Amino acid sequence: MSAHKSLPTTIALGVARGGLEIRQFMRQRESVVFTLAFPIILLAIFGSVFKTTLAEGVTFSQYFVAGMIASGLVNTGFQQLAIIIPMEREFGSLKRLRGTPMHVASYFIGKSILVFVSMTIQVILLLAAGIIFFGVELPTNPYKWLTFTWLIILGSAASTALGIAFAAVPKSGRGASAVVSPVVIILQFFSGVFFVFTDLPGWMQQVAAIFPLKWMTQGMRSVFLPDSFAAREVAGSWETERTFVILLAWLIAGIFFAVRTFKWSRD
Amino acid sequence: MNVIEVQGLHKSYADTKAVDGIDLTISKGEIFALLGPNGAGKTTTVEILEGFRKADSGSISVLGFDPAKRGVQSRIWRNRIGIVLQSTADAGDLTVFETLSHFAKYYSAARDVEEVINSVGLDEKRGALIRTLSGGQRRRLDVGLGIIGSPELLFLDEPTTGFDPEARRAFWALIQSLREGGTTILLTTHYLDEAEALADRVAVITRGKILEVSTPTQLGGRASAQARVQWKSNGVIQEELSDNPTEVVRRLAAQFPDEIPELQVLRPSLEDIYLSMIGEK
Repeated sequence: MSAHKSLPTTIALGVARGGLEIRQFMRQRESVVFTLAFPIILLAIFGSVFKTTLAEGVTFSQYFVAGMIASGLVNTGFQQLAIIIPMEREFGSLKRLRGTPMHVASYFIGKSILVFVSMTIQVILLLAAGIIFFGVELPTNPYKWLTFTWLIILGSAASTALGIAFAAVPKSGRGASAVVSPVVIILQFFSGVFFVFTDLPGWMQQVAAIFPLKWMTQGMRSVFLPDSFAAREVAGSWETERTFVILLAWLIAGIFFAVRTFKWSRD
Repeated sequence: MNVIEVQGLHKSYADTKAVDGIDLTISKGEIFALLGPNGAGKTTTVEILEGFRKADSGSISVLGFDPAKRGVQSRIWRNRIGIVLQSTADAGDLTVFETLSHFAKYYSAARDVEEVINSVGLDEKRGALIRTLSGGQRRRLDVGLGIIGSPELLFLDEPTTGFDPEARRAFWALIQSLREGGTTILLTTHYLDEAEALADRVAVITRGKILEVSTPTQLGGRASAQARVQWKSNGVIQEELSDNPTEVVRRLAAQFPDEIPELQVLRPSLEDIYLSMIGEK
């Protein structure tokens, strides 16, 4: 046998897994519709209900798009993975992978690629629908696009790691959605996705400030709202550096727990 | 060289002793079958050898490696083994070809994908999504995934459960062709005829202990057991147990001028022996 021939690298297999994950994702009509169309449906509903203007040049749709992109990070990463991984575990597909020479890191890389690619498609579709139907305006300042780019990369990486870590919590694949979805929905309400964050009660704002979604939405507001609006944030500014540090801390914590708690099979 | 060497293997869950002192030696190129009722400790033993579970005590060597070890050496070791688990039910949104060619990437010396598809008899299903496959076809894909990395050692956990008789025969031929290629195979099965057709040696395991290791033809004193000679006389089935059935037949031949009516010489089947060993008879 060609025992001399070495094993493929972890990165190369991670990329191969990413391709496979995307292919599987695209073939599951429900997941495609839920992930890609649901944010647009929500934007349509909220954009039609709330016709208010929050400030000079800030429509509710504009405010809401920032929140929807941020919660997209949580939905495609955290929520999707924390539901799908327990199912893969229950079906035995993880155990089968465990029996191969593939490194667990390749599996994680594959999931990150899936989240990043589906997130990118989702953002493009959401922004396109927002511009065409709801008068959403894109930032013109290149610095804001830079913020947008690192928010998407850091946000989806943190969300992926936290999703893999949280996947250890649901006891069964079937029950995963019931465990994970309420967490996400409550976070969305607390973090100012559906309402203006500063209108929420103080204690809710404080709870939200612990979790990453609040920082993702605030970061996205700094991208999509005029800088004059920063004065209306809790701290009176966008807190961009602080957002970066907090999301980075969540990413590191997520990776730590993902590696620690990951289980290939149920027992 | 021995591919698998196990001594004094123990594994308990809570208060139950799943594996209670097992010794096992399997040499290169052998097909070895583990037989035993549900809960006897078969799967636990195999899963320890596959590196899925950790033993409480005992010395274990699989291809010269301790399966409980982790790290790079463990990946190099996994590159040399193939595992067919009891059941996997993926969502099935990939085709047979896509799945096999993806898994082929994991190994340093994967077999040709088309050749594997052909050898597990899935040529016609090459482009079919896994979710459209029948149970038997899925199982054959599982086996294909087990052998894609050209393993030196293949674990097969109840590979033909749910197969129709024709599919089982085809599967047996596949396993025999792997043997000819020099692959060592550890098989667990519920089907005694399967063990008889495939295995060089069988081990009967109950309550975490091995009762006997032997060839299928000699297990439980089968080769030397008394034969039953049956025939019909005056409309009634007669039966005689004998160490020398040929003598009995010769005597009967002298009694009957023509054919001996409904003559049968029966030796205990592997199943009879097995059931008496595990105390079901």
